[in-house]
Amino acid sequence: MRIGVDVGGTNTDAVLMDGANVISSTKTPTTANVSEGIAKALSTVIADSGIEAAAIDGVMIGTTHFTNAVVERKHLTPTACIRLGLPATVCLPPMVDWPDDLRDMVGGNSHLAHGGHEFDGREISAYQPDEVREIARKIRDAGLSAIAISSVFSPVNSTFEEQSAEIVRELIPDANITLSSEIGRIGLLERENAAIMNSCLRQLAARTVDGFKAALDELQITAPFYISQNDGTLMNADFAKEYPVLTFASGPTNSMRGAAFLSGLRDAIVVDVGGTTTDIGVLQHGFPRVAALAVDIGGVRTNFRMPDTYSIGLGGGSLIESDPLKVGPRSVGYELTEKALVFGGDILTATDVIVAGGSEDIGDAGAVSHLDASLVAAVQARIMEMITIAVDRMKTSATPVPVIVVGGGSILVTGAIEGASEIIKPDHFPVANAIGAAIAQVGGECDRIFSLAELSRDEALDQAKSEASNRAVNAGANADSIEIVDVEEVPLAYLPGNATRIMVKAIGDLVEA
Amino acid sequence: MRLLYEENIEDIALGAAVLGTGGGGDPYVGKLMAREAVRQYGPVELYSLDELDDDDLIVPSAGMGAPIVIVEKLPAGDDMIRAFKALGRYSGREPRGTMSIEAGGLNSIMPIYVAARLRIPMVDCDGMGRAFPEIQMTIFTAHGITASPFAMSDERGNVLLMDTVSNKWVETFARSCVVHMGAEGMIALYSATVKQLKEAAIHGTITLAEEIGATVRNARRAEANPVDAVRKAVGGFLLFRGKITDVDRRIEGGWNRGDARMAGIDDFEGSELLLDFQNEHLAVRINGEFAATVPDLIAVLDSETGEPITTEALRYGMRVAVIAFPCAPQWREPAALELAHPRYFGYDVDYVPVEERYRGG
Repeated sequence: MRIGVDVGGTNTDAVLMDGANVISSTKTPTTANVSEGIAKALSTVIADSGIEAAAIDGVMIGTTHFTNAVVERKHLTPTACIRLGLPATVCLPPMVDWPDDLRDMVGGNSHLAHGGHEFDGREISAYQPDEVREIARKIRDAGLSAIAISSVFSPVNSTFEEQSAEIVRELIPDANITLSSEIGRIGLLERENAAIMNSCLRQLAARTVDGFKAALDELQITAPFYISQNDGTLMNADFAKEYPVLTFASGPTNSMRGAAFLSGLRDAIVVDVGGTTTDIGVLQHGFPRVAALAVDIGGVRTNFRMPDTYSIGLGGGSLIESDPLKVGPRSVGYELTEKALVFGGDILTATDVIVAGGSEDIGDAGAVSHLDASLVAAVQARIMEMITIAVDRMKTSATPVPVIVVGGGSILVTGAIEGASEIIKPDHFPVANAIGAAIAQVGGECDRIFSLAELSRDEALDQAKSEASNRAVNAGANADSIEIVDVEEVPLAYLPGNATRIMVKAIGDLVEA
Repeated sequence: MRLLYEENIEDIALGAAVLGTGGGGDPYVGKLMAREAVRQYGPVELYSLDELDDDDLIVPSAGMGAPIVIVEKLPAGDDMIRAFKALGRYSGREPRGTMSIEAGGLNSIMPIYVAARLRIPMVDCDGMGRAFPEIQMTIFTAHGITASPFAMSDERGNVLLMDTVSNKWVETFARSCVVHMGAEGMIALYSATVKQLKEAAIHGTITLAEEIGATVRNARRAEANPVDAVRKAVGGFLLFRGKITDVDRRIEGGWNRGDARMAGIDDFEGSELLLDFQNEHLAVRINGEFAATVPDLIAVLDSETGEPITTEALRYGMRVAVIAFPCAPQWREPAALELAHPRYFGYDVDYVPVEERYRGG
């Protein structure tokens, strides 16, 4: 049996599952000390299920805690950055595009050294170990031990980053080092930014993950626990302490993965209706389609593979105006259960209109019986129009696809969606995110530029696939269960010689404890 | 003369993306370079051609290579300066200032970096009024200004100098040399006197890019329609509002080519648009009829934010507005038109200026 937990900004959801069956679920308020909310949610689902803590095989936790730390500028460790690429890159040193307050907090201690590679694997300049040693001394003398190391085209060749890490460790034995090649893709500033943020967050990650462990110990849960990553796969507790940035944006991913699981569909559109917004995403082979554009975290540009979601201001708490007709984007949000008419409040919300329409029986239906039938019909039509347009925007072709509706505000979906082959509202839709955490697998990625002048296309693809698979195994996947879920080839413009960027993602089931 | 500060650079970058008509490279790296140089060396003096002496020598600066490489192997900075100075040495004359070779995309902003570091004037003009993929595709070529002498430098310190028999030969040689430099080279070319530029250059294009950027920013702030704001700022025509229904991409001769289909919405319900691109947007056909072609400018904008969409980012389901606006009048002279005629790009169609197609409607 597994427990999935999703720690959101407002609620902490938990679900206890036996194989594919949901045994019990709960929603509790998120607490300032994240572990307390988790402990409460865990003890509730265990008590409700009546099982022994010893019967639990794994606990999977999705959390926005580390994203929030960057956004709120809290608990960040001062971090130095070493970049290998001289004489290139000089005019844009590390952290050049960070907001000033965040750069000041992190220390802005950056160093450039020789090394780095070209897109085709040639060296930009000879690597100079003594130069790196001198930089490491300066970092040590500045009293820093959190360090990020980047190198130009390290996704193509990471040896200089690795060699530099060894040198730094000789001088700073307890150094906390993040290599950019371990977490990011092509795009030096973005990848380096992610590496720096990762080192910044490691102390917090160690404390937080230890807090999770303590909460589990208290409940006498001895099973291993895992943390969700932004691509919908899991990392074990030790890995999460090493790579906290990989948790960024895991919330929407978990919700979509949960929708895939609950519906049994691998290719579909997911509509997650909350209290204030509706997020629409696309499932491809059971995983969220990822965004192509750079993603900002707390004002810093990164190139994480975030789920490609489109949000509209529509939710259960959306305010309704009748003349002219308007639904959202303003919302009563988490105060729905006080302010909506059916809950004895005095504000007309989308939930009130749905209750008046008779499709749901929530709160006091008498409080909305006076609503004009034509208004109710018009609002319902407008809601479906908003969802239809948003769904259409996210589709990849005109072919009708299934639409899965999840989230607490799912009652808003009362009609047909044009372009949907069917609309599915699975059981347990309000806790799809916690279910997504509970059922997650582990994965690995390869993103490199290959020169097809030297390799055939098939050889390059095979090489990329085996790299991605090896990374999945290193992350804890059972080698026999590995599956390649995504292959993308991008020929590079303006370049003769058939340079092609190949991105491959592999996933597999967790090795059982 | 006026000064360019950080805020001006933000607006220029956004406007340059509109003038990039889907190509020209993401201005982000160029924007950061210009911004950092201005922070370090102070604001840049932007001169109009009329404020300079006819004999002054102006040397444009730019980058060439693969856009994907420049986001990874960030420029050294010295490479740009080195190419610029090498050209001055070869010409035997000290350049008075620098300028953009193309007003669209990354290369619109890169010269601000050179101007800031060398504390020399940036001139408010360019050689295209837009972006094009090849070196010889400039108004300068049509006016007999040579791309040679041509200097290209890499971060290592290599400098290549070329003297060729035509501007097309510069393109041919430089395109293969740049691969050896790691698909990224900083270049200086098309040196010309202010007198030559007064005739051949497209005037005021940095200011135009800045105005477009400021317009979009203000429209967003006022929650007004940014698409309409862009259209007015460039004196253009709204060709279409629609949803992308299909995108087909292919690689031909090293270029990203392809087309996108759109189905009309609102006033355009029932119409279909076909957009062709080769790095930049090249031609628009609505219900099978040409509605705009190169050298006029075609911009695809996000229908809500007014953000210009590059050819790489076109995707099924996006809701977009397509606007077209007249190219600089110099492109319509026979010698220039030949360089960027729809037929050069493979369309068997006469060039009809977009405002003639849309006059009165």
